[in-house]
Amino acid sequence: MISYIIKRAMQSVVVLLAVGLVAFGMFRFVGDPIDNMLGQERTDADVERLRELLGLNDPFIVQYWDFLTGAIQGDMGVSFRQGRPALDIILERLPATLELATVSAVFAMVMGILLGIYTAINRKGFVTTTILTTSLIGVSLPTFLIGILLIYIFAVELGWLPSFGRGDVVDFGWWTTGLTSWAGIKSLILPAITLGLYQMTLIMRLVRSEMSEILRQDYIRFARARGLTEKTINFRHAVKNTLIPVITVAGLQIGSIIAFSIITETVFQWPGVGLLFIDSVQFVDIPVMASYLMLISVMFVGINFIVDMLYLAIDPRLRDGKEG
Amino acid sequence: MDMLKRAMESDLYWSFRQSPVAMASAAVALSLILASIFAPLIAPYNPFDPASLNLMNGFSSPMEPNQFTQDVFWFGSDDQGRDVLSTILYGMRISLFVGFAAVLFAMIIGVVLGLISAYVGGRTDAFIMRIADIQLTFPSILVAMLIFGIAKGFTPVHLRDQMAIWVLIVSIGLSDWVQFARVVRGAALVEKKKEYVEAATLVGRGPVAVIFLHILPNVLSPVLVIATISLALAIIAEATLSFLGVGAPPTEPSLGTLIRIGQGFLFSGEWWILFFPSVTLLLLALSVNLLGDWLRDALNPKLDD
Repeated sequence: MISYIIKRAMQSVVVLLAVGLVAFGMFRFVGDPIDNMLGQERTDADVERLRELLGLNDPFIVQYWDFLTGAIQGDMGVSFRQGRPALDIILERLPATLELATVSAVFAMVMGILLGIYTAINRKGFVTTTILTTSLIGVSLPTFLIGILLIYIFAVELGWLPSFGRGDVVDFGWWTTGLTSWAGIKSLILPAITLGLYQMTLIMRLVRSEMSEILRQDYIRFARARGLTEKTINFRHAVKNTLIPVITVAGLQIGSIIAFSIITETVFQWPGVGLLFIDSVQFVDIPVMASYLMLISVMFVGINFIVDMLYLAIDPRLRDGKEG
Repeated sequence: MDMLKRAMESDLYWSFRQSPVAMASAAVALSLILASIFAPLIAPYNPFDPASLNLMNGFSSPMEPNQFTQDVFWFGSDDQGRDVLSTILYGMRISLFVGFAAVLFAMIIGVVLGLISAYVGGRTDAFIMRIADIQLTFPSILVAMLIFGIAKGFTPVHLRDQMAIWVLIVSIGLSDWVQFARVVRGAALVEKKKEYVEAATLVGRGPVAVIFLHILPNVLSPVLVIATISLALAIIAEATLSFLGVGAPPTEPSLGTLIRIGQGFLFSGEWWILFFPSVTLLLLALSVNLLGDWLRDALNPKLDD
């Protein structure tokens, strides 16, 4: 078991090193940052000063070493576009994305589990059919179209909710939140639904199939034979056993939510890291792109590692020395 | 004639005739594909020919004569007086071209790597499959976006707009090869143990011939299924990237670019500039997707998930 954990940790480190190499490759070989930072009207002295400042005159190995040590210390270079440290810009935008992702994840979990339980208990009927059909349409629509559709209904036609931005934001120095004001919460509703809809459907389907499976098991029949009420059987016996696989899948989906926040943030002009990344791709702002790449990789590798460790804790077959 | 007769009598055709969904989606997909191939012949205007544009035609409502020029646009016109129907037909061409090319690219990489992985085995297999596993942990749209960003950086500045379509194809293709590789590897591992492969090796066929002439034809049906489903995903991926403004350049707008442009008129009431491209994208993606679902059930290959 220890060897499995070590092997798995090593693998995560290798993936991160590989991503780091890609990020460094971008720094070193992509375009000429001088072209990106200085306009047409520039003197040779300007160019030379900037090259020296950015360390572009150093030999390859020195640059690579600088990059590695810098990255570990949180120095990912200076944004070509804003002239500020790339990591600062990313960290400044991170609370917006994390807030959106958390609210969507909670929405997806709560709604997904509730609707999943409902459709599993009531297998037929108008409401179940409607929920399942709507979810099927919801899954086949691209995320950005769902966002536009919601904007059209709730912002343009009904005028209930704002269509862009974060509303009023309270600043705590290193953290910003829109959750303290009504305007902030209102701005959060549409992006959170757009972002969480796909995951909600996924969780709903999973809960539904798991729970239908469990309701056919012998111990449920036995519980029924004991004369327990349907409510007790469904909620005390069945739901509890449904939730273990759901939690692992939901954990894995957190990464996807952060990735898809790029699309949602663009549709709603939500000032998070996703929107920042799209801007950096449009302007080929390598340090910001590379920092985002590193950040998202650390998140993904971390989440996968934790989920694997959870499996290890839950599944006895993995614990007894066998490798998965 | 003989081929046609065999096709008509095949199980696949029978199952096609049994499924109204499959027939309807095939009809929709086929007519959209034909419409985009023959776009220059069908489209009422050439939206990229500045000579045919008249700014007076801007913001015409669908089916109503324009108040200045009396021109009628079926799907209305945009701010520059471009016919929305024509831009959709030309845009769909780019969407479909990128979709098909990206899937073809992904298919070639995936099939070749999958076959090598299964046939050679050992460390090569472990290495290829490890890369596939790692890539699978990242959502493919994110991978496509990252590759697009990197590749865009590597393209010389003056070529960026011209190369954007090709960069798009490569990034979507690279984000999507894993499915092909895994399925082909699984199928090829089964085929590899069969006697005809042994026989081919015994009569002195080299490994390349055995892989591509003998094993490959027998693993094609799952590849076809994956390719169809991937096409729908690739079309959506392309539309998403273009919508985000990191895909097709404004000079060659795809459906995603058109939706991006249309979104700007959502609040000012010119709904048709947004509505028609969105519906077209939906029809296209949905029909191809349903066709893929049907094909999976009909061919029933053993897919991983």
